[in-house]
Amino acid sequence: MEIGDIFGNAARAALGPEAAILALLALGLNVHFGYTGLYNFGQVGFMLVGAFGVGVAVATWGWSMWIGIVLAIVLAVAFALALGLPTLRLRADYFAIVTIASAEILRFVARSGSAIDLTGGPYGLQDVANDFYDLNPFDDGIDLGAFRYSANQLFSLTVGWALVGLCTYVVYRLIRSPWGRVVRSIREDEDVARSLGKNVFGYKMQSLVIGGVLGGLGGIMWALTTSSVNANTFQPQQTFFAYTILIIGGAATPLGPVVGAVIFQFIFAGSQSTLAQLEREGWLPGFLEGSQARGALSLALVGLILVLMLTFRPEGIFGKREEIALGR
Amino acid sequence: MSLIFATTGLINFAHGELVTFGAIAAWFLNAEGPQWSLLVAALVAVGLTGLVGGGLELGVWRPLRGRKTGLFQLMVISIGLSLIFRQALLIWFGSDSLRYTDYTVQERLEFGPISLTPRDLAIMAIAVVCLVGVALMLQRTRIGKALRAVADNVDLAESSGIDVRRVILFVWVLGTMLAGLGGVLQATATTVNYLSGFQLLLLMFAAVILGGLGTAYGAMVGGIVVGLATEISTVWLSSELKFVWALAVLIVVLLVRPQGILGEKERVA
Repeated sequence: MEIGDIFGNAARAALGPEAAILALLALGLNVHFGYTGLYNFGQVGFMLVGAFGVGVAVATWGWSMWIGIVLAIVLAVAFALALGLPTLRLRADYFAIVTIASAEILRFVARSGSAIDLTGGPYGLQDVANDFYDLNPFDDGIDLGAFRYSANQLFSLTVGWALVGLCTYVVYRLIRSPWGRVVRSIREDEDVARSLGKNVFGYKMQSLVIGGVLGGLGGIMWALTTSSVNANTFQPQQTFFAYTILIIGGAATPLGPVVGAVIFQFIFAGSQSTLAQLEREGWLPGFLEGSQARGALSLALVGLILVLMLTFRPEGIFGKREEIALGR
Repeated sequence: MSLIFATTGLINFAHGELVTFGAIAAWFLNAEGPQWSLLVAALVAVGLTGLVGGGLELGVWRPLRGRKTGLFQLMVISIGLSLIFRQALLIWFGSDSLRYTDYTVQERLEFGPISLTPRDLAIMAIAVVCLVGVALMLQRTRIGKALRAVADNVDLAESSGIDVRRVILFVWVLGTMLAGLGGVLQATATTVNYLSGFQLLLLMFAAVILGGLGTAYGAMVGGIVVGLATEISTVWLSSELKFVWALAVLIVVLLVRPQGILGEKERVA
């Protein structure tokens, strides 16, 4: 059993670009759910919109990547507005269902055969990130013990984590500001905030837009990192991963999403690696062998972690019990 | 799902997996293991699903309610459970679509402009009988009245001597049995795989919310409307988008009349 290999795989994934992307999603969700108390279950929809914004602009229309990025952000804002305007007044659990349904609608439409000229339908878009990797200043990758990344991977993870750092700081300042105080008071008791003359709807809308743009940034990074965009990536499961991350790290904490993402990826990749090793040594019973079972077990582990965290420590690693919107 | 929500306030994201479980259990009993006739396999499978539901209530929800876990936390826990169940089903049964051995290929009967197989007729008849049965149970039996009382106001029901814990257990067993039955019927009409229930989950939400979350009749009405809407939409639009329309209906209903067709106007906003 090569523990070193397992640790290496896990560590590489924990600091890799996918972790950064999940951190962005979770950061957006932190603004929605952690600080404003909005039960947005359609965060993957923002990721989809961001990714396709860049993808369609570059692959279908041949625009420059920078314009694609701007388009993606505009689309994320538009989706937030379209989603929020009619639905923000709904009760929490209904809002959850509407958001999940909206994200699924986006996915179905993007995947459908009729959209094939725009989004590539069931096949998706390819070659989205050539401009991105042209900017890569690294000639070689890096090879520090467990941390082996190719030049391209190094570039995307650097950009990704830099973005995460920047956004975490921005969110941190926002939440410490008067705006953030109002938003948190809305989470605690909407009616009190309204009775003090605050435009609750406006603040919720702003929060939805900000968290949505963060989700969109995650989608943009996804498109640029993997250089392809396929609607099938953007399943509700991604939103659940983001929630798991947020709950692990602690909702309504500045570093919760980042730490949660790193831990999540570590466990996810680590468990897959462990299972692969066990299989090689012949310690797994027959029906648990194969990559399908491996994937399934890792996902089941994610589900288990979610259940256990919520049961025993819903405030996560950094969180404080009073601050979380989970008790309603 | 509607009954469970009405009495416990929980939106059970794992309901889809219970549907899948019922369907797959019946498949296992019918096509694999003991190879019973579908009728017997179905009955046993539905009973098993009820057992799972009861087990969930006793082993998971009741202890969590005792720890005063919030409703939202419970909902996300149901999401985690649904993920675990789905993967467990994937590991156990693989990803292929499974088919029952009985009633697969049948002659279509003609009734004027409608052509159906006897199997489809039987499915509709069974569904109607069950729905009517549930409605009668709610109206006429003591447990039905107790159920409606708990759905209305838990504390008042408890203080008038109703054993709320027993009612909730009953609801979970009954609700999951219905889910399992739905799964078996669906799988009889087509096939089943580990994702079947999850794919139907949003449609279930749509049906329940359209009809009115918390009313049994509402769930029936909603189910019929959603089923009709998804199939009729294929006349004009590509069949890939039929789920999109169901979801769009869901959103519109929540915006315009959140209590659904038959629901009561309580605070949904």
